[in-house]
Amino acid sequence: MGNIFFVDGDGACAMAAIRAGCKFFAGYPITPASEIAEYMARELPRVGGVFVQMEDEIASIMAALGASWAGLKSMTATSGPGLCLMAEAVGFAAMTETPLVIVDAQRAGPATGAASKPWQGDLIQARWLSNGDYELIVLYPYSVQETYEMTIEAFNLAERFRIPVILLLDALLAHARERLEVPPKLRIVERKRPPRGVKGYLPYAPDPEDMVPPMASFGEGYDVKVETTTHNEAGSPKSSDPLVHFKLVKRISDKVRIKEAEVARADTAWIEDAEYVLIAVGFMARIAKVAVKELREEGVKMGLFRPITIWPFPREGFINATSRAKKVFVLEMNYGQLCRIIKGESAHKPLVELNWLYFRPPSPDEIKELVKGEV
Amino acid sequence: MRALKELKIKREEVVVVSGIGCTGRITTYLRMDAAHVLHGRAIPFALGVKLANPKLKVIVIGGDGDILGIGGNHLIHAARRNIDMLVIVVNNGVYAMTGGQVAPTTPKGCRTTTSPYGNVERPFNVVSLASSAGATYVARWTTAHPLQLKESIKEGLTRRGFSLIEVFSQCPTIYGRLNNLNGAPAMLRLLAEKSVIKKGIRPEEAVADWGDTIVCGVFVNKVEEEFSERIRRVTDEGRDNNRG
Repeated sequence: MGNIFFVDGDGACAMAAIRAGCKFFAGYPITPASEIAEYMARELPRVGGVFVQMEDEIASIMAALGASWAGLKSMTATSGPGLCLMAEAVGFAAMTETPLVIVDAQRAGPATGAASKPWQGDLIQARWLSNGDYELIVLYPYSVQETYEMTIEAFNLAERFRIPVILLLDALLAHARERLEVPPKLRIVERKRPPRGVKGYLPYAPDPEDMVPPMASFGEGYDVKVETTTHNEAGSPKSSDPLVHFKLVKRISDKVRIKEAEVARADTAWIEDAEYVLIAVGFMARIAKVAVKELREEGVKMGLFRPITIWPFPREGFINATSRAKKVFVLEMNYGQLCRIIKGESAHKPLVELNWLYFRPPSPDEIKELVKGEV
Repeated sequence: MRALKELKIKREEVVVVSGIGCTGRITTYLRMDAAHVLHGRAIPFALGVKLANPKLKVIVIGGDGDILGIGGNHLIHAARRNIDMLVIVVNNGVYAMTGGQVAPTTPKGCRTTTSPYGNVERPFNVVSLASSAGATYVARWTTAHPLQLKESIKEGLTRRGFSLIEVFSQCPTIYGRLNNLNGAPAMLRLLAEKSVIKKGIRPEEAVADWGDTIVCGVFVNKVEEEFSERIRRVTDEGRDNNRG
């Protein structure tokens, strides 16, 4: 058994980041993510890492990306309005293939919205943040325990694919204390590096195995080129060469797409004989689980499907879970974002939209009330 | 490059970071670690590099639009922190790469494509801005002062702290053409004629105006505790506490 803690989601996230080997954090205060920065400010120096509070979110993410190129596992944490400011830099991270973990503890928007109120409003923002075509991975835990495990996973995926990975938290989960059992053993992935002393290192030449180029750091004598404009394998700008652009855009997307089935994750409950399927993510799935269990006891054959990766969307799991269902409900604390994602990713079933647009989450009874009349 | 050679600094000890603009393209010509990053964001990227690996010498090169316009906030905060980096602002007074729009450094009354009736805004005085934000080394030269500029670059590379060098430069193709300055050689002559080297004056007295005088020289050069060292000390103390 591992060590037991009683912590909130922000704390579990920060603890896991340090466990994953994060050595650099740059951030700007914002509710409900500030506690992650506070934890990192306190703990990073103890493990030889660096914490810095920057002048805004743009500076935060840029500093984190600079640190990543200097060889450190690196992270920033924010909420939706801060993520808006990071938009261009997320595209820059994708374009320059820089590993980075971004935590987005969501709050009610748009704009300043309601700082400390829960809302699941960043599901689409997280994915389609920047201009152009690129892939990133978005993870969405539903408990403090899973927040710890998903944070480790976020670092592993960022380093493995050389991409930005976004971890979505709910305001409720960020500030809710729960039992956390820290696993004694964990798989920690380090970025692939070029062979020592290699001549003529090409920072963007894909490994034929997985399309991900080995990454050298500054200061090692590799003449590393970080290049934001369309570039060839050497990192030289080629913004008027359509073939170079075509190959680059395709590769930075395909390196993730070819592993989509492996990366995509979902959780199910009572799905085998389900006539109705309820879909929910994050903390909403926690409450939905109670409602579904009670409906089962009342004789309604309902099951639960919970995407853990929002992007890539667990398409296959979704089709398997819903193909026999009479009706599919999507319960979310926003005005239909998950519904749009599902429709775009897998249009095989009509969906019943259940949009909960209040600051407080619904009770299991209220969820049952919403589906009543439909089952 | 000459400054690096004369100081015998190995190229793997240096990282050059630039943003977007005519000057930003410089990183793509260098055979060393270099980053060509987002418009205006060279300074925070460079700060991340320096804090992650304080052994590296970090140089930021950018234009006035990049560093003073879109990146102005980062400039003043990096100066305030006194992070060890050398920032070279090549000031041509105009957004040149995008076709010659008015910049925060365009002299009052000058014509650009977005100030066709003359610039109605006041320009930044870079020297005074950087020094009041806390930069510990501030100098100004023009492209007509290559030797003094090289010496300043050497100074910036060897001292520890936030160093800013403003380089008044010509943009003959756009700025010069719109303001009847008759091409590059004439503009370079004009820079040489208008510039005056002054010693021992306050940074806010270092005026810079194409139409009048461009005061050149070193205006700030002082020693204060540097940011990455201070952070490193916190980390070392943190480690010790962890052991204890």
